[in-house]
Amino acid sequence: MSKTPVLKIENLESYYGPIMAIRGVSLEVREGQIVTILGANGAGKTTLLKTISGVMTPAKGTIELNGENIQGQDADKIVKKGMVHVPEGREIFPLLSVKQNIAIGAYVRKDKASVKRDLEMVYSYFPILKERNNQQAGTLSGGQQQMLAIARGLMASPKVMLLDEPSLGLSPLLVQEIFTILKRLNKEQKVTMLLVEQNAKVALDVADYGYVMELGRIVMADDAKVLENSKDIQAFYLGVREENERGQRRYKQRKTWR
Amino acid sequence: MDILQLLISGLANGCVYGLIALGFVLIYKATEAVNFAQGDFMMFGAFITIWLTNADYMGINFYLAVPLAILIMGILGYLLDMLVIRRMFGQPQIAVVILTIAIGFILRFIAGVIWGHEPHLLETPFAGKELKIGSLVLGFEEIAIIIVTLLLTLFLFLFFRKAKLGQAMQAASQNQLAAYYVGIPVKKVQSLIWALAGVVAAVAGALFASKGAIDPSTGLLGIKAFAAAVIGGFGSLPGALIGGLIIGVVEPFAAYYLPAGYSQVAPYAIMLLVLILRPAGLFSQMQNKKV
Repeated sequence: MSKTPVLKIENLESYYGPIMAIRGVSLEVREGQIVTILGANGAGKTTLLKTISGVMTPAKGTIELNGENIQGQDADKIVKKGMVHVPEGREIFPLLSVKQNIAIGAYVRKDKASVKRDLEMVYSYFPILKERNNQQAGTLSGGQQQMLAIARGLMASPKVMLLDEPSLGLSPLLVQEIFTILKRLNKEQKVTMLLVEQNAKVALDVADYGYVMELGRIVMADDAKVLENSKDIQAFYLGVREENERGQRRYKQRKTWR
Repeated sequence: MDILQLLISGLANGCVYGLIALGFVLIYKATEAVNFAQGDFMMFGAFITIWLTNADYMGINFYLAVPLAILIMGILGYLLDMLVIRRMFGQPQIAVVILTIAIGFILRFIAGVIWGHEPHLLETPFAGKELKIGSLVLGFEEIAIIIVTLLLTLFLFLFFRKAKLGQAMQAASQNQLAAYYVGIPVKKVQSLIWALAGVVAAVAGALFASKGAIDPSTGLLGIKAFAAAVIGGFGSLPGALIGGLIIGVVEPFAAYYLPAGYSQVAPYAIMLLVLILRPAGLFSQMQNKKV
């Protein structure tokens, strides 16, 4: 893990109107890593990703992509610099065909030959999308739409991919399938990933490093294996029951960071 | 032959309505706001064409003046979005709608100040020429209107189907947030859609002014085109054109066969009927978004 960080965030603050959603977050993603951010609903994970990808403008703090400050830039500029955001909830283009959806992922690219190569690469990872090539994307199943969103993201040929809850609303089997593909993409295509998840188990399985977010702050950061074995993570995110001397579950016990 | 004669002049009228309706739908799809100034865009485009072409004003060659007018209206549409409409980002839709109504008034006022309120007619090379087939008499303008509309429709169809920018426009209108995520410069694309609406309005204006006299309040027929867009199903481009054609054809028939006054009411009666029987319009592209 001695490689330089491709993505480095320092003291990031972001607001929804008067509400402070991100309260000074700092984190690093190194080249080739999968880094995960865990957290419950409303922890600010999605807002964090939106701020990083330029859809929201941070109030304070810096975002460095390959050593270049990118905070406050428009989303399309950031995509051109090699960071793409795969949003949660399958934000696809429902009335365009699957093929058109994938093609539009390469909107910022000019080199037709390499786009074509990437198209073949994407189809090799998601053969189901090739089968459904001419179907309207809105008629795909949830899992296929999620695959489509990832495929579309890949077409931008990103160095860093921001993935927002790829497991949202999918069956356990599909979640396994998608995460297997993500892991392969990371290994074979060298895509660095920042993965936001509520499903801590699958996320920690594929990730190298993890952050835990609560109420807009990072409260814990460590190697994924260490997090997986931490009592707090087990109790609050992995649902491991731990009985105390009196044979009751701990409900009121405090987390180490509070 | 009466019927055929009425049909063709109705189709020619309907093409103009359809083109204005097309402008409504373009902007509605892209920004979810209704541009009530679309009719006035058409009027303004017509006046710019007249100003460039007619011997009283600039007197430029017709075939040079029309593309120039189209270009000017395109730029006007782009600037209008960039400088005015975009500032309303994040405001309620109704604010944008009221703003477009105000823009319509302003355009009407400007046209009145520059070109006066008396009716103008565009001097075209084919004015007054007629094509006689048996007892059927077709004005060259009517034929030109129908052909140009067909060509423009074909162009738009191919543009949205094949061109990268056309795809980006569709994407931005279907899911704005996702368009940001894939790197489409959404603001610029929206301005370009306003430019396209300006272009379509200029074409409609040039066609309309070649057929009948035009004055600054002509833009009010935008309301009729609005009805056409509703009939076609707000949000469908082919629907807008067909809605325009329906209204255009019904009008002369109602004027011919029904007592006076009915032809003015007919478009809105059809709109009401469509809204009752098929609330989403004839060619609706509506679909429920999956959660």
